[in-house]
Amino acid sequence: MEFFKIRRDIPFMRHAMVFNLISLATFLAAVFFLFSRGLHLSVEFTGGTLMEVSYSQAADLEQVRKTIGELGYQDVQVQNFGNARDVLIRMPAVKSVSSAQQSERVLAALQSPANPVTLRRTEFVGPQVGDELATDGLKALAFVVVGIMIYLAFRFEWKFSVAAILANLHDVVIILGFFAYFQWEFSLPVLAAVLAVLGYSVNESVVIFDRIRENFRRYRKLDTVGIIDNAITSTISRTIITHGCTQLMVLSMLVFGGPTLHYFALALTIGILFGIYSSVFVAAAIAMWLGIKREDLIKGTVAKKPGDPQDPNDGAVV
Amino acid sequence: MNRYPVWKYATLLVALLIGALYTLPNFFGEAPAVQVSAAKTTVKVDTAVLGRVEEALKTNGLAADAISLEGGSIKARFNSTDVQLKAKDAIQKALVPNPDEPSFVVALNLLPRSPAWLAALNAAPMYLGLDLRGGVHFMLQVDMAAVLTKKAESLTGDLRTTLREKNIRHGGISRQGNTVEVRVRDAATLETTRRLVSEQFADLQTTDVADGSEFKLVATLKPQAARLVQDQALKQNITTLHNRINELGVAEPVIQQQGLDRIVVQLPGVQDTAKAKDILGRTATLELRMVEESAEGRAAETGTGPVPLGAERFLDRSGQAVIVKKQVVLTGDNLTDAQPGFDSQTNEPTVNLSLDAKGTRIFKDVTRESVGKRMAIILFEKGKGEVVTAPVIRTEIGGGRVQISGRMTTMEAADTSLLLRAGSLAAPMEIIEERTIGPSLGAENIAMGFSSVAWGFLAVAVFMCVYYALFGVFSTVALAVNLLLLVAVLSMMQATLTLPGMAAMALVLGMAIDANVLINERVREELRNGAAPQTAIHAGYDRAWATILDSNVTTLIAGLALLAFGSGPVRGFAVVHCLGILTSMFSGVFFSRGLVNLWYGRQKKLKGVSIGTVWRPEGS
Repeated sequence: MEFFKIRRDIPFMRHAMVFNLISLATFLAAVFFLFSRGLHLSVEFTGGTLMEVSYSQAADLEQVRKTIGELGYQDVQVQNFGNARDVLIRMPAVKSVSSAQQSERVLAALQSPANPVTLRRTEFVGPQVGDELATDGLKALAFVVVGIMIYLAFRFEWKFSVAAILANLHDVVIILGFFAYFQWEFSLPVLAAVLAVLGYSVNESVVIFDRIRENFRRYRKLDTVGIIDNAITSTISRTIITHGCTQLMVLSMLVFGGPTLHYFALALTIGILFGIYSSVFVAAAIAMWLGIKREDLIKGTVAKKPGDPQDPNDGAVV
Repeated sequence: MNRYPVWKYATLLVALLIGALYTLPNFFGEAPAVQVSAAKTTVKVDTAVLGRVEEALKTNGLAADAISLEGGSIKARFNSTDVQLKAKDAIQKALVPNPDEPSFVVALNLLPRSPAWLAALNAAPMYLGLDLRGGVHFMLQVDMAAVLTKKAESLTGDLRTTLREKNIRHGGISRQGNTVEVRVRDAATLETTRRLVSEQFADLQTTDVADGSEFKLVATLKPQAARLVQDQALKQNITTLHNRINELGVAEPVIQQQGLDRIVVQLPGVQDTAKAKDILGRTATLELRMVEESAEGRAAETGTGPVPLGAERFLDRSGQAVIVKKQVVLTGDNLTDAQPGFDSQTNEPTVNLSLDAKGTRIFKDVTRESVGKRMAIILFEKGKGEVVTAPVIRTEIGGGRVQISGRMTTMEAADTSLLLRAGSLAAPMEIIEERTIGPSLGAENIAMGFSSVAWGFLAVAVFMCVYYALFGVFSTVALAVNLLLLVAVLSMMQATLTLPGMAAMALVLGMAIDANVLINERVREELRNGAAPQTAIHAGYDRAWATILDSNVTTLIAGLALLAFGSGPVRGFAVVHCLGILTSMFSGVFFSRGLVNLWYGRQKKLKGVSIGTVWRPEGS
């Protein structure tokens, strides 16, 4: 079986401008929604109490809201979780009442002989913990970005590392944009997914860059555009198959993983789709505009006398 | 060219065997068990206790599948929960005759059902996190500011006493926040005071401040001393929590320090969160009261008369009755410290108490009037009092420093001071994070995580086998080996597996296949360009390797960032993610190459390889 019967190199770079404009538009839209709507942060970040309760029959959400409202808690969110019998209740942190009392009082109030309710899980996070998680998340993001840039600059060249990071950070922003637009819940596992996607789609760009370097060595006659087109064309089957396989796994999580893994899998799905787009259409184009040259990557191939102290390429040769 | 030397095959085989061995315990599941551990530090669980447990089981006609003593606890495994519950009752009755004074904790637990030879190899199933097995997780924040204030308060008292002993006249000592201020009239006194502080109070550093015509010496706790104090406070709280949680009868509680001022408590299997929180948040209180020394009191103490009016009967730790007055002299609030020590003259072990200013005043008055009488120190926990010690007052005690001595071993002195400090729990704590997961939810999470991994794996395997034919089969086997190794490493390390961890497992498998896709595509490409099959295999693996390494390193960087900065669910994800990337490099490249070499490497005149369609554009 072969899905990709490509006769000649696809001129990806000819349309680079269009692809990048599309990318830019999506990116700007994501930024816009991030600022206008903001992320719907989970209890882990905001602090507060989360309760998952299970009724023996389908739950009446209005009734649940009313009951909790009567206890005097403000801004309580009540929604179904997975099925009609399971209900998720979110309450912001209340200064005067301890978390323990809060969840117990709510559970006691919800209890009725006609439709008994059991507590499946509770989660309480103090506001100070939430703040820390947010800063730790940002630190992790910074660490990933800097770490990957240093590695790529070391393995390739700074132009590649800038291109890869720009292309893939824009994936991250777009994932966040989706979460902001749809007001999906942004929790710690979603954050983990976002960072995993960042590492994962960078490796996509790496595969293409690797091929560009190889092509520079092999096809001495070809110009940079030709080299990039050839590199993308010859790796596209691998790109799509790999991502397809990863997506199969993620899909399995989306279907079988239940509500807990739902947003995690969703973040990965968006990340994988935009990861393909950005690696194929965006990263290489940015590298091209930054002006990658054969000489940047292939050092020491110029005829040189070994041991010449004037030779700038002497020393570390990979 | 596509041959491995024997040692490479041997390495693969050994890795596979070790992997299989350590994955094995995960298939045996868990059996209901009863665990016996000590409830007090003074009680030891040893072979004698083991004998009593065996005896109790035998007299009740209950048979344990296995019973063992390890690491200070006895674990007995049973084949059904029914027998487990009966056994727990039987053991409880035999070991803890009086439920109010338990010396052993008898708890229900789950133990791996794996056979003894696996246990002997230290092969255990993966350690499941709370979200997979159900239980309670708390994070408590210790109020460190309060600890320092208390220490400053205690130092203020000590300094006042020392100055008086040395006959240094001062214009008042007071505590301002966490600093101690001494006002003095002239420069000479300032100098003597400073020297005294630097000689006798190693924990303090001083600065002088001019205060009008007078001088002020401001003493603050040295940073390293402050750290030590906070560290001790945290340890103290952890010890206290340990003692309290023992009452809950949890089989494997986790109580750990996290960061500088936090304690994490995890109670697997505990469902009654209300009780757990009640016990964690409970503060023991300490009261100092006079012993009722009247004739009636004496009679009541020996059990020959009723407890007189206005008095109460408490037991001390050896079970001896002590009759004390209801009137409270001092409470634990006035106690700032309790440390074991030695008497400077007799060299006897002692317990040294420090009182705050108010406590010092009251204590002085009371002791002046009560020389020769006994004073009891009573620790109240869950509304029940216990006399820690009831020493005789020898002289009037001023200065807020109290020494209790007489007929104590060093061990007892240490225990007593620990109890006294526990009575005034070193620092207040607050629950800042709490998570409860019901057992049914835990089981559901395992099922969901498992089916995610299984179905995803199946889908990828089917695709690979169809698309890449025999090479796809090799890739699938390599992927299976990856999963095997990952589970083995997780079991070996006993890293906590959580639901995000299972998600990471699925994700890492989806990413790991990348290495094989890269290789297979590369081999096809070489074949397309007209390379001979053996050369194509060789070049394919060779050229793909650099790319695989690069791409895995970038993924690993992300994984490490999550590991370094993540907490809770993110960390669980990151551990599996990082390990999975490492094992995938081994299985995806080294192992799959081994399979290919084994299959094709020996055929000298290889005509073709089974890698699916190798499509060539017409005319080329």
